[in-house]
Amino acid sequence: MTISFIRGIGKATISLISVIGCACLFLLRALWGKPHKNLFSLFIRQVFQLGILSLPIILTAGLFIGMVLAFQAYYVLVNYAAEQSLGSMVALSLLRELGPVITALLFAGRAGSALTAEIGLMQSTDQLASMEMMAVSPFKRIIAPRLLAGVIVLPLLTLLFNVIAIFGGHMVGVTWLGIDSGAYLSTMQSSVHFGGDIVNGMIKSAVFAFLITWVALFNGYYVVPTSQGISHSTTQTVVISSLFVLAMDFLLTVLMF
Amino acid sequence: MITDHLQIKNLQFSRGNRLLFDNLNFTFERGKITAILGPSGIGKTTLLKLIGGQLTLDSGEIIFNGKAIHDCSDEIIYDARKKMGMLFQSGSLFNDLSVFENVAFPLREHFNLNESLLVTLVLMKLEAVGLRGARYLMPAELSGGMARRVALARAIALDPELLMYDEPFSGQDPISMNVLLKLIQQLNKTLGLTTIIVSHDVKEVLSIADNLYVLANNKIIAKGKVDEVMQTDNALLQQFLNGDSEGPVPFHFQCEDFQSELTRVCE
Repeated sequence: MTISFIRGIGKATISLISVIGCACLFLLRALWGKPHKNLFSLFIRQVFQLGILSLPIILTAGLFIGMVLAFQAYYVLVNYAAEQSLGSMVALSLLRELGPVITALLFAGRAGSALTAEIGLMQSTDQLASMEMMAVSPFKRIIAPRLLAGVIVLPLLTLLFNVIAIFGGHMVGVTWLGIDSGAYLSTMQSSVHFGGDIVNGMIKSAVFAFLITWVALFNGYYVVPTSQGISHSTTQTVVISSLFVLAMDFLLTVLMF
Repeated sequence: MITDHLQIKNLQFSRGNRLLFDNLNFTFERGKITAILGPSGIGKTTLLKLIGGQLTLDSGEIIFNGKAIHDCSDEIIYDARKKMGMLFQSGSLFNDLSVFENVAFPLREHFNLNESLLVTLVLMKLEAVGLRGARYLMPAELSGGMARRVALARAIALDPELLMYDEPFSGQDPISMNVLLKLIQQLNKTLGLTTIIVSHDVKEVLSIADNLYVLANNKIIAKGKVDEVMQTDNALLQQFLNGDSEGPVPFHFQCEDFQSELTRVCE
């Protein structure tokens, strides 16, 4: 019993290490060496696919989250007669934590799953193999532009998420609950630091983007070429990248703040 | 010029614990059509992927144009691939590109041609497969046979020296099958291509092949000129070529005796 338990742990560890090694080699093959000659145009197309097409869900979610945050915070702050600090509270929670994390989770669900399904389908229909046979590296032509686009797009989406959420907070706090507009904005201005809050939030977002896109592309490339396999890989992408985001958020928060 | 365009020496390859090729040797003559036949799951497609460098050999050598292309840098294998074309079983067209763009894809990737030259080249390739009129269609709008012909036009876009076909006739109606047969033969003659066809469709393939390899039980059970192989007195080979249900290849998958299993279940 004990021996088989230890054997099981050993087996799981070896398989985990081999997956990590495989994922690192995958990344190396995408980023190392001469890039594709049309990298810029391929990158722009992916910015549209991953960024512009994610805008509706990011902006809608941002607006509602900002509104809810302001509403909840108001009823706590009003007990201490500190409702004028609502702007500061909304902005700091968004810029430091909620913005990067929620945008990353939404991005994993919208763009990460789409990436895995797209690459997985290309793999299972031999499109990537045929590309290789035409002496075109799928790592440079398909993987690298998507990875770069993901890393650039998510921080920008996070910025937009923050802006629309702060606006949502303003709508609830100022227009509905009657806080002074000047107080909402000035407390925000005095408590938010560009380097400590905005830049750190963007760094978090870039790290999340890298992890989500890497996981999504890796899962798509190494898909089991069946419909069940694609479904499994897509689910894996959302679950694993969401857990990575939450774990990495804790780690980065400890290091940054 | 070397007569043997492609040579595979002492090929050993396993998938997991399953041995697929046990010390096999192949020679593919320049300008000839070589057919590779064998039962399902014997590793015929795997053999094409090994030639294309998409899989790595356990041991052995692959010599293409007198140059080793196994166990070499990406640069060498990519250079070799520019001289190879492969028609995949599914066609493998890019779903988001039109027929024209699919055929133009390898040309756009490897050369900076001006648009008029590119259009001319693509139309020539499409004309060769009889689908110049379908250039604006998307892959989803094509029949299976048409998709395979477009894939064939794409495979010859870079003017390869070696063309590999993976089950080109599977799932084709008789007209499409004959069209493909005629095309393969025509391309082989007019472009002087070395052709490798992997297939189950024995009669059709043998009607155009010059040379033949038959694989079974991880080994080559027959090889040589088609006429010579057909005369070979080998029960396994004859069962495969004639499609007999009884013979050395059993109908039942290997398992314990049925009567003893039933007895055990009922106890």
